Amino acid sequence: MTGLQIAFLAIAAVTLASAVLVVSSRKIMHAALWLVLALGGIAALFATLEASFFAAVQVMVYIGAIAILIIFSVMLTRRVMEDTGPQNTRYWPAALVVSLGVFGGILFLFLQWPGFSVESRPGLEQGDLLVRFGQALVSPDEFVVPFEVASILLVAAMIGAMIIARDPSRK
Amino acid sequence: MTFETLVWLIPLAPLVAFGLIVLFTHPRRGLSHWTALVGAGVSFLASMILFVRAITTEGLAENPMQVALNWLPTGNTWLKIGALIDPVSAVTLFFVAWTVLMIFIYSVGYHNFGQPVGDHDQPGLPPHGATLREKKGGSRRVPSVEPMYSRFFALISLFAFAMFFLVISDNLLSLYIGWEIMGFCSYMLIGFWYGKKSARDAAVKAFLTTRVGDVFMLLGIVGLYSATGTLNYRAALGDPAVLERLATTDSGVLGLSLAGLLGILLFIGTIGKSAQFPLHIWLPDAMEGPTPVSAMIHAATMVSAGVYLSIRIFPLVSAGWDGGTLTQAMQVMAFIGAFTALFSATIALVQPDIKRVLAYSTISQLGYMIAALGVGAYVAATFHLVTHAFFKALLFLGSGSVIHGMEHGVLHSREEIDPQNMFHMGGLRKKMPFTFWTFLIGGFALSGFPLVTAGFWSKDEILSGAFGGGNLAVFITLALAALLTAFYTMRQITLTFLGEPRSKAAEHAHESRPVMIVPLIVLAFFAVTAGWAGIPQKFPLLGGIIPNWFDEFVGSTLRGEALHTAESYLPLITSLVVSLGGLYLGWRVYRGVQKGHPDPLEKPLGFLYRVFYYKYGIDELYQAVLVKPAVWLAEVFTYRILDRLILDGIVDGIGKGAVWLGMVVRNYFDKPVVNGGGDGLSRGVRRSSEVLRLLQNGRVQYYMVLTLTMVVLAGALITVLFIQSGRLP
Amino acid sequence: MIPLGWYLIFSALLFCVGLFGVLSRRNAIAILMGVELMLNAVNVNLLAFWRYLWAPKVDGQVFVAIVLVAAAAEVVVGLGLIISAYRRRNTVVADEMDMLKG
Repeated sequence: MTGLQIAFLAIAAVTLASAVLVVSSRKIMHAALWLVLALGGIAALFATLEASFFAAVQVMVYIGAIAILIIFSVMLTRRVMEDTGPQNTRYWPAALVVSLGVFGGILFLFLQWPGFSVESRPGLEQGDLLVRFGQALVSPDEFVVPFEVASILLVAAMIGAMIIARDPSRK
Repeated sequence: MTFETLVWLIPLAPLVAFGLIVLFTHPRRGLSHWTALVGAGVSFLASMILFVRAITTEGLAENPMQVALNWLPTGNTWLKIGALIDPVSAVTLFFVAWTVLMIFIYSVGYHNFGQPVGDHDQPGLPPHGATLREKKGGSRRVPSVEPMYSRFFALISLFAFAMFFLVISDNLLSLYIGWEIMGFCSYMLIGFWYGKKSARDAAVKAFLTTRVGDVFMLLGIVGLYSATGTLNYRAALGDPAVLERLATTDSGVLGLSLAGLLGILLFIGTIGKSAQFPLHIWLPDAMEGPTPVSAMIHAATMVSAGVYLSIRIFPLVSAGWDGGTLTQAMQVMAFIGAFTALFSATIALVQPDIKRVLAYSTISQLGYMIAALGVGAYVAATFHLVTHAFFKALLFLGSGSVIHGMEHGVLHSREEIDPQNMFHMGGLRKKMPFTFWTFLIGGFALSGFPLVTAGFWSKDEILSGAFGGGNLAVFITLALAALLTAFYTMRQITLTFLGEPRSKAAEHAHESRPVMIVPLIVLAFFAVTAGWAGIPQKFPLLGGIIPNWFDEFVGSTLRGEALHTAESYLPLITSLVVSLGGLYLGWRVYRGVQKGHPDPLEKPLGFLYRVFYYKYGIDELYQAVLVKPAVWLAEVFTYRILDRLILDGIVDGIGKGAVWLGMVVRNYFDKPVVNGGGDGLSRGVRRSSEVLRLLQNGRVQYYMVLTLTMVVLAGALITVLFIQSGRLP
Repeated sequence: MIPLGWYLIFSALLFCVGLFGVLSRRNAIAILMGVELMLNAVNVNLLAFWRYLWAPKVDGQVFVAIVLVAAAAEVVVGLGLIISAYRRRNTVVADEMDMLKG
């Protein structure tokens, strides 16, 4: 077992543990903090996949923006959602069964697939990769249309969120 | 002012007054009667100015004052409307203006202006009187003001407009317009107290009866227009060449010449308007209007229009007459006139109602004029028209004054008697001296009291005209009628004014107000003096002292020829005898009538009395022969058979067929197909949505599970279809 | 080296943990967190496949970028909705937001 493998298992274990705490902790604030840790673990996993750009984006976007937004929302709504009441629905055992069933199904599919145990990776030039990624996003022959659609989606989401969240009692 | 301005001012002033009263002043009684009086006064002044100008103009008959406007384009020519003042219209204008103004003034008093509003008076009913409280306590009954006071003045203003318009017209069409407006006003005024059934019936009767005459008159107008191309008096009736052509053309009807046929058709209009037999029935009933005033309009003014028309068409009627044998149309006129004169005089003999006597007397006197025209004495007819208008107006207003006094007495004594019945009167000469003396003058004028009254001169002229023309039958008939006239006039005067009062009301009657008395005096003046304008030259002693102005003035209007006057004293002696004899007999028979006595004529006349009393049963005859069949035709044939059975049957059949068709479509197409399909569709949608709504429980996590299920199923399907079959790596 | 399967099993586990959170939590914000976990699992999956099967071509990375953008938009709108609903109904419990119930 190589050092990389050990590192992967450690990171994966921490991430999964954090994720389990995110969905199970009684206090929603704690769940949000555990989410930050889980997202950080995933950023580390991105680094093991040599996707350094996405590792950085993960940290900045997820941890820096989304997690913070969630934390703010939690703080805004904490007054009503007391930490005392049940945090899970009555059907949570059924949810557990469904989730495990889905995992079983996925695992079943993977195990039938021959490429499951591939270990070799193609060669990769990091600096060249980032340049080509950037060019691909704005090249008319490649992904400029999805890129622009995503931009529009973001703008629409931003405006929509502002309109939805605006206090209806204030002009 | 110029002739154009003055002549249009005459009809226009009352028309403007009518409009003002109807639109603005009707809530104010005083303002309304002043408006009407000013309108009538303006017309009066303009008429008098024109009259003076007319009599001072040399050769007016040849060159009358006239003005004409283009009115309706008829192809290449214009239908002209215009005004014409020639001697005939000048003298007509004279008496119309005077009588109309007197009516207006008199009406103010007659409708009790200034009296309190009645206790129970309603529009459409005569005023019943008001209770006045006195300072000492107690109360007394006094006459109350007419509820529809302003309306009355509006209507008589419109009436005056129509009459003036008719008189100044220079053609038959605008004469016809004025004629019909007067017919309408007459209808409104007879039915003025529309709350009374008798008034309503009388109004309808008058309207429909005169309508019969008007239809024939319109035929005559149309015929004249198609024959000559004009309706202007001078162009159509004043041109000897045209008259000659009309007189020699055969009309193809009853062997009459065209002139004769058109003359008779137009004359039928006169029969209706001037209440000649057989269309006389409406005039006595017209006395249902506001007592003397409307009656006077119908007796002194409007009916004159009929005679006026006959005078106007006299050239047509007499076309081809050379002074010898009468034309057929003239024979018809002479017969109808003379017959009517005698016929209605007999009816007037026995009527107890003071106004009805005068009504039948009017018919009789109009018959005189028509008869005079029929024998060719048209100047005499015109003369009698003028004098009769004055003295008959006087008599009617006098009778109104009497009735007014009697009504006052009735209010005072609270008796249940008819204030118009002469047998309840008596002795009124002391109570109502002015009314008595003026009525006496009017009555003597009507009887033809010798020398001093106007009626004597005009009636004498008619008699001598009839005698001089050799028409002895007409002469005798008219002389007999004159005797009866004098008799019933004296009967009326005796019963009303002489002797002792025959009721408490008569004891308490009192003189009318000055506003009613002054018109009586004015008219009495003319009832005497109007005759002096036409004293024949050959009359013994008096002839020549005053020139026979009337004969000169009017005589040259219509025909150039001199008229035949009698060379004999027989007509003069006759008229003296019948007048004085009739008056004496009347006084003799009726002077001793006591309260509760029957009419002294009842026994000696016997059966005839009842015939006269019931007016020869002509109303009943018309009822049986004309009205009932017409009602039957309308009710049974037109309504029940034609309308209900046939027309309604067809309409109902179509309706039922459509309903049946609709039921078929409804039951076999609409209900099963359209409704069923629509209902089934919506029912299906409803049922499926009832099931599907269970999915929408509003819980986001439930949706999530559903989504996941679908993804799993889709994934499984993809796996089975593609991966298992090896199409994907 | 790390076998591809490890990444796949990790992402499957993470996905199922997120799914459990989505299905079981009452708090709407917590549900949103579960969704974030699921999206990240997908991203891990995508990047793993790219690295082992597709590199050095960049197509897979573009996919990841688009998912990131969609995730960001989803969070923004989702949180906006939650805040708005909280203002109006004074609750963040998902089961109580059932106005769309049929």
